[in-house]
Amino acid sequence: MASYNTSEFKSGLKFMMDGDPYNIIENEFVKPGKGQAFSRVKIRNLKTGRVVDKTFKSGEKVEAADVMEITCEYLYTDGEYWHFMEPVSFEQFQASETAIADVKNWLKDQESYIVTLWDNEPLTFTPPNFIELQITECDPGVQGNTAQGATKPAIVQTGASIKVPLFVENGEWVKIDTRTGDYISRAKES
Amino acid sequence: MQWQPDGDQQSRLARAEMLRDIREFFYQRQVLEVETPALSQAANTDPYIDSFALVTNQTRYLHTSPEYAMKRLLASGSGDIYQICKVWRAEPSAKHHNAEFTMLEFYRLDYNMQTLMTEVDELLSQLLPSLKKHSNFHTYASLFLDKLGFNPHTIAEDTLKACVDKYVPEFRGELDHQGCLDLLLTHCIEPKLPNDRISFIYDYPATQSALAKTEQVADYNVAKRFEVYVGNLELGNGYQELTSYEDNAAVLENESSVRQQMNHEAVPIDQRFLSAIQAGLPECAGIAIGLDRLLMLKTDADTIKKVLNFSWENA
Repeated sequence: MASYNTSEFKSGLKFMMDGDPYNIIENEFVKPGKGQAFSRVKIRNLKTGRVVDKTFKSGEKVEAADVMEITCEYLYTDGEYWHFMEPVSFEQFQASETAIADVKNWLKDQESYIVTLWDNEPLTFTPPNFIELQITECDPGVQGNTAQGATKPAIVQTGASIKVPLFVENGEWVKIDTRTGDYISRAKES
Repeated sequence: MQWQPDGDQQSRLARAEMLRDIREFFYQRQVLEVETPALSQAANTDPYIDSFALVTNQTRYLHTSPEYAMKRLLASGSGDIYQICKVWRAEPSAKHHNAEFTMLEFYRLDYNMQTLMTEVDELLSQLLPSLKKHSNFHTYASLFLDKLGFNPHTIAEDTLKACVDKYVPEFRGELDHQGCLDLLLTHCIEPKLPNDRISFIYDYPATQSALAKTEQVADYNVAKRFEVYVGNLELGNGYQELTSYEDNAAVLENESSVRQQMNHEAVPIDQRFLSAIQAGLPECAGIAIGLDRLLMLKTDADTIKKVLNFSWENA
């Protein structure tokens, strides 16, 4: 089994601890003037999503997690599972509500997502940084009002609530930054 | 491909000013600037410091501090000396660490730990004028007593392990006695040192003496060694130097055998250094100070990278 030494720790590295896969979010090396050095890490449990702090002695080894990332397209949900397809092999797989919780607001048919698989089970989904979605609910647009910063609430086709400028109309398509949930611009119907 | 420097022009100006101020400080005090080789046939035996080895037809080691060579100069009658040089330690890059960094090391004849701390306080106060006056001076024991409620020199093994479980529950793994103290120091004590003034920690456990003299205090021995900090940023490590040949040789041999137990690479002991000590090292005290970290404080940088033109990854 492959392993990592603490000196290889960096954000994004995935390893096993107590039978669960973890992803390193932050890594800090601390050392007293003389003596034992330590690696302090902030890590996310890829199964539960929980973030915990851990400290290891420098030089300790951890077991690498057999995790891989693939790109796949979202197909549909049957209410219980969410179905995806790997576009090269056409292989389909399903994900539970826990696995898609973080990406649920940004799930759109035929859009591509990065999926982290562990033992061939999907653990996490990462949406594209920008996504175009249709507004399904918002107050009528106020024409001519392009004042900077003035916004109103809107709901998009996935059910996510966002803030849009006053001039945006119901039924329009908008471009959204999925990392922040911020409106970026109007978009053409896609 | 990144080719631009990490640090900005401001950091370059601040570095040039700092170097000039340091040289002026020692010129005023008649301390002589010296140079010693960066590549040596021997290496630092400290089990927690790893040297870079350069293998050609004969292995050479990049120095991790100029200590051994400067002590050879002291033994040859150089008098008070200082050096500003690059040193290398095989360590991962981090907020406060770059494997190649700039060190100021100096030695003062007939100084003891106390007089050296006073001089370091004067030097750092001049280099970092925005810090509050009246630096803090704590013994290692008093910090553990204040923050964690036990004496680190006398605590029993099982009580210490229980403290680790209580105060650093996120730790995973096994530690020896000193490792537990190092963990508590770095996780519970260093983060509480004030950011706006200099803190000195002195009288370390005798097992942490390295090449410092030891002295009996109450019913235990302490090392006449100190560390100087601003906030949790450790700036320097000072010693009242061990002068006896037997004691110096014993330290290096002990460090070598600990390296072996820890399965770290064996390195050649500096026999020229030991010969110099045998010929006679004058009573002195010395310190190594990390200048890049000092510059971080001077320029208000939160990572060491910001004060380096080309950090490890960009070198």
